[in-house]
Amino acid sequence: MPISTESDAAVDNGVYLDWNATAPMRPAAMEAMMAAAERWANPASVHAPGRAASGTLETARETIADVIGVDPRQIIFTGGGTEAATLAMRGVARDRHMVSAVEHAAVRDAVRDREILPVDDDGIVRLDALEAMLTGAPAIVGIMHANNETGVIQPLSDARELIRRAGGLLFADAVQTAGKLDLPEADFVGISAHKLGGPPGVGALIAFDKQNLRAIQPGGGQEGGLRGGTQNLPGIAGFAAAAAALDRDWMPAARTRQRRLEERLIAAGGAIYGAGAARLPNTTLVGMPGVPATTQLMAFDLDGIAVSAGAACSSGKVEASHVLLAMGVDEVAAGEAIRISTGWSTTDRDVERFASSWETLRRRRRAA
Amino acid sequence: MTIYLDYQASTPIDPAVLAAMKPLWETQFGNPHSEHRHGWQAHASVDIARQRLADLAGVTPDWVMFTSGATEANNLALKGVMQAAPSARRRLITVATEHSCVLESARWLEGQGFGLTILPVTPDGRIDMDQLDAALDEDVALVSVMAVNNEIGVIQDLVRIAARARDAGALVHSDAPQGFGRIPLDMAALGLDLMSISGHKIYGPKGIGALFVRPGTPLAPQMHGGGQEGGGLRSGTLAPPLIAGLGTAAMIAAAHMDEDAAHADALWDEMLAALPPDAIVNGSVEHRWRGNLNVRFPGTDGARLLSDLRRLSMSSGAACASAAGRKSHVLAALGLDRTDAAASLRIGWGRFTTLEEIQTAGAMIAETVAAQRRQAA
Repeated sequence: MPISTESDAAVDNGVYLDWNATAPMRPAAMEAMMAAAERWANPASVHAPGRAASGTLETARETIADVIGVDPRQIIFTGGGTEAATLAMRGVARDRHMVSAVEHAAVRDAVRDREILPVDDDGIVRLDALEAMLTGAPAIVGIMHANNETGVIQPLSDARELIRRAGGLLFADAVQTAGKLDLPEADFVGISAHKLGGPPGVGALIAFDKQNLRAIQPGGGQEGGLRGGTQNLPGIAGFAAAAAALDRDWMPAARTRQRRLEERLIAAGGAIYGAGAARLPNTTLVGMPGVPATTQLMAFDLDGIAVSAGAACSSGKVEASHVLLAMGVDEVAAGEAIRISTGWSTTDRDVERFASSWETLRRRRRAA
Repeated sequence: MTIYLDYQASTPIDPAVLAAMKPLWETQFGNPHSEHRHGWQAHASVDIARQRLADLAGVTPDWVMFTSGATEANNLALKGVMQAAPSARRRLITVATEHSCVLESARWLEGQGFGLTILPVTPDGRIDMDQLDAALDEDVALVSVMAVNNEIGVIQDLVRIAARARDAGALVHSDAPQGFGRIPLDMAALGLDLMSISGHKIYGPKGIGALFVRPGTPLAPQMHGGGQEGGGLRSGTLAPPLIAGLGTAAMIAAAHMDEDAAHADALWDEMLAALPPDAIVNGSVEHRWRGNLNVRFPGTDGARLLSDLRRLSMSSGAACASAAGRKSHVLAALGLDRTDAAASLRIGWGRFTTLEEIQTAGAMIAETVAAQRRQAA
């Protein structure tokens, strides 16, 4: 595995428990990218090298379509999950925009004028509020499949039924669930390669309803006119290889590790967020009372453990998590939460090392 | 074996670029926005690349905003500047020979109620300064002119264009994927406020580009989210391997600029010597990147030439337009009629093209042109 290989002279990679920020590349993805790097011609060119590149592109599209169970024509490749979310939220022909309060910033802020759907204490979208808000003009509604910070899974089938009945459309951000759960029922689904073992810089919008979508980035007419720009070919080939290599065999063990970890953390005084809801087996968000997240991050890093305080993109800003605030957590407690996220190569020992490190820090801070 | 002569559509990845990208895919996979060693390591490689791009553009690293490519950079530049412009400045000036992503963004803005002036070009492909002067007024927010044309290789006089635009109080953007790394493009010396570039046109990877923006330039974000780039102006997890590849490509381009240009010039002479003497170069020969030969062979059909010359990977224009089967808007802007445009080919070469390849290709083209003319006679 890429983690802690002896050949990596740059840094001792230690224990990596930040898989929701990014996952290591699958070796198969790496191989596919190196092979596709030979196919560097522009897939829109009509000469032989261009057609070869186009062939690689379309094969990749078919592979991904097969894995996730959609029609290849429904896949629009983008520059990542954020662009996929932006394309859905801004490109869908609806004047009214709604997003859940716990959405990733890419969805939450895709449109300036949007209505916010409240969530309950576990971070689940309140369906009664959704139903009430849906009366009126039809909306495009953004609700994530599972939250990137808490791992809480949203009841998308129920939400979609309500939205459909009201003449609206649902965009589901499935960046954290692609490869872990079946694709959610939605009109548009966003996924990202680098969260599932592919390279960063590639994503896709799965558009089940193309009629209602128009390009937000016009250009050369690529991707059926819905996304301009030369396709990132080696990246897309890596995306497809990672998708083909996906397996869920590691997930039962991840579930067991999650349970054991959370039992230890609770016993030592930790607060687990979203504990009452169905969650991804790889994500735990835990608060350590009285210790700011930034202090914890430094302590864990010194112990050689990589975790995060909420989303990677916002952790540099040291803001309290909007997800926890929406769940009714107070600002102080929200600033004390750390996210542990695991993946297919995580071991029992990795998680035990984190648990011990957490307990030690907690003991030291209480003694101080 | 085919000979690749379509360097304006895409360039081969330089092996050194691929080598620079590999470790970031394999072992240094951190998210550059994460607060731990994996993140910091990725962040450091992004910083190095940012500095390399800045060096090549003659600016400081805070000008560099990474995007998924030139199309995104152009969309952000045009829409971002216009949407953030003062209410008295609601007009955009661009040129008839721009890349389709610039023209489509411009027309999208027009549909949103902004003013749009599309300047024509002279038969040599350059804009007429008097026409620019006439179009410039106090209501213009942005002038967007490409540095080197993707279809005809013509180099615009950016220094003079930028000076006039700035005198009129407008911001200046240049779509420069075909020029960056090939000709000197010092943004400070040229007086540019924004410039778009792409990785895969300079022997770097696809899926990555950048928009250079003068710090403090008002710009409305086009993609919201984590706010990773440009102080919130562009969102989305950065792709450190692609960025490192782009940075390395820029560094190599800087080191090889004179050598690459001399090589392109030598191949230009060799190709022109091999072609029939009545071949006509489309666009200025003098103000041109000579790795691009857009040329017409009167009395021939370019589509048939391409099909008879399948061993040569060439094109009749922009790759995205040829996939869509569209006629070239650039050749039309030069004043070519349909017959002349249909008799034109775009032949492009670069760093990895050899003299032998050009000699072989030139002889093949000359022979095929002659054969087609014999049949027509």
